[in-house]
Amino acid sequence: MITFKNVTKRYDNSTIAVDNLSLEAPKGKITIFVGPSGCGKTTSLRMINRLITPSSGTIMLDGQPTEAIDLARLRRKIGYVIQHAGLFPHLTVVQNIATTARLIGIAKKQALGIASELIERVGLDRTFANRYPWQLSGGQQQRVGVARALASDPEFMLMDEPFSAVDPVVRHQLQEEFLRLQRDIGKTIIMVTHDIDEALKLGDQVAVLRTGGILAQIASPQELLSKPADAFVADFVGRDRGYRYLGFVDATSSLAVAAEPAAPLGTEPSTARALTRDRWILVTNAAAQPMGWVDLDQQTGPIRESDLNLSGTLASQSGNLRQVLDAALSAPSGRGVIVGTSGALLGSVRLAEIVTAIESAKAVGMGARS
Amino acid sequence: MISWITNPQHWTGSDAIPLLIGQHLAYSAVALAIAVLIGFPIGLYVGHTRRGVVMVAGTANALRALPSLGLIVLLVILFGPVFASDLAFLIPCVIVLVLLAVPPIMTNTYAGIAAVDPAAVDAARGMGYSSLGVLLHVELPCALPLIFSGLRSATLQVISTATIAAYVSLGGLGRLIIDGLAQRDYFEMVAGAVLVGALTLVVDLLIALASRFTLSRGLMR
Ligand SMILES: Nc1ncnc2c1ncn2[C@@H]1O[C@H](COP(=O)(O)OP(=O)(O)OP(=O)(O)O)[C@@H](O)[C@H]1O
Ligand SMILES: [Mg+2]
Repeated sequence: MITFKNVTKRYDNSTIAVDNLSLEAPKGKITIFVGPSGCGKTTSLRMINRLITPSSGTIMLDGQPTEAIDLARLRRKIGYVIQHAGLFPHLTVVQNIATTARLIGIAKKQALGIASELIERVGLDRTFANRYPWQLSGGQQQRVGVARALASDPEFMLMDEPFSAVDPVVRHQLQEEFLRLQRDIGKTIIMVTHDIDEALKLGDQVAVLRTGGILAQIASPQELLSKPADAFVADFVGRDRGYRYLGFVDATSSLAVAAEPAAPLGTEPSTARALTRDRWILVTNAAAQPMGWVDLDQQTGPIRESDLNLSGTLASQSGNLRQVLDAALSAPSGRGVIVGTSGALLGSVRLAEIVTAIESAKAVGMGARS
Repeated sequence: MISWITNPQHWTGSDAIPLLIGQHLAYSAVALAIAVLIGFPIGLYVGHTRRGVVMVAGTANALRALPSLGLIVLLVILFGPVFASDLAFLIPCVIVLVLLAVPPIMTNTYAGIAAVDPAAVDAARGMGYSSLGVLLHVELPCALPLIFSGLRSATLQVISTATIAAYVSLGGLGRLIIDGLAQRDYFEMVAGAVLVGALTLVVDLLIALASRFTLSRGLMR
């Protein structure tokens, strides 16, 4: 657990970067600091490992004030990941990762062993081990940065905009991998971002800071969406907060999945028409996985891959109302396709039923997942 | 000129070519070693702490502006009464060469450290490296390419300028040039100049090779 107790940071030129901050980052959870540029997120983070000294107040790790811990020991207990990874250019990937393990006194050979295992853990191929940082893409460097912070198996992790230097597709990928990793390792993490979507997606708890380094609200993502503390938070959380809130409502309990007729590739239009009364039919592959929709009014020959309308998204069986609603909205048939864990078709849900589910979720108030 | 160099008479005696090359290298090596001892730590300190940047730049510029020939004559006049024997000439000569070599070594070391990716340095500090650890494990290895190039240009300047040792009655390849001039033996002069040039090239090549094998591939692209 990381605790801030009345922490203030005033810089020489008398700007107050962090103003009387008190909060707790619970053990094994992800706490996100989010807020507009210059609101003191980085300053708050760097005060934890004392790269910046607080002007007043105390920061504690599991109840122990950080001033009471030897500086090198403190920092070695805390993994630190920064925006542009900050890899050591003269060392290979595996040597870079091994540095933190070496710092806590692990022998070289063993440290390199730990490092090569971590390469795969963060989603890189083992062949990257002997590359140098300049031979990696931004996203790959970022993964190495995370692996390096993990190599000493620290109790705590600080991450300053770790996914901001990469394109949206890679960022999404890194976020997913990060969540998967965290499910295994369960570290106490504080992450900084200025991207509210990232905060809501990754955080167990989100602290919204406002300019001047003042804590505006600290709450779970769903609470932030459903009960913003004030106009600033409401504005910062954004316009589609009603829609995004659905991302935290479990869909499985409230929706009945109906059977959805499906035609394999190569089906003749006449055969397909016999399967359904609708104009659109879902097409599946050999593994029964949905591929796309076909408009039977237009179809003349056997269904080929090039005939498919690919606009529909898929919602997973264990997904949330936002995914299901999006699947229904994006499908030309208006039916949201639901798939199982293997990606095989389970059935579909109609838009009207989803709206009913949303209404009842609203009525219950907090149908939210914790 | 070639026949002058290959003439066996010029390979023996007090003016033998190998002897002159040896002297030339000795002056240069002593001066470079002292210059490294002075310039390298200062460059490291200033680069690491960012203290005294202006002073280093100013000193280096001032040193570069010194005229070597004028300085050596001045120093010989000053030191002449103080030291007996060759030292009265040797010390001024080495001082002049040291002053020549310090600026490139010092400024390149400083510049190399200052140019290290600040994110890498920040990460190192955040990971728990001590201040010295950051310098030795991150800043110094990353600065090596620039440090080597500073050493290279210092070496080139020192070897070519070491000819002035002969001007104050010391040895080295400058002897051939000075004596050649005195005796109007132009072949001897040219031979001296060519030998200095060749020596410079060979030493430069050796340093280049050494740096090739010491530098991390991560720093070369
Ligand atoms: N070394 C410093 N000296 C003086 N003021 C500083 C210093 N570092 C930061 N500040 C100021 O403190 C405030 C908070 O800075 P900080 O870097 O913590 O913001 P941030 O929330 O991380 O912003 P961003 O999202 O842009 O990274 C800013 O107003 C900044 O100008
Ligand atoms: Mg910041």
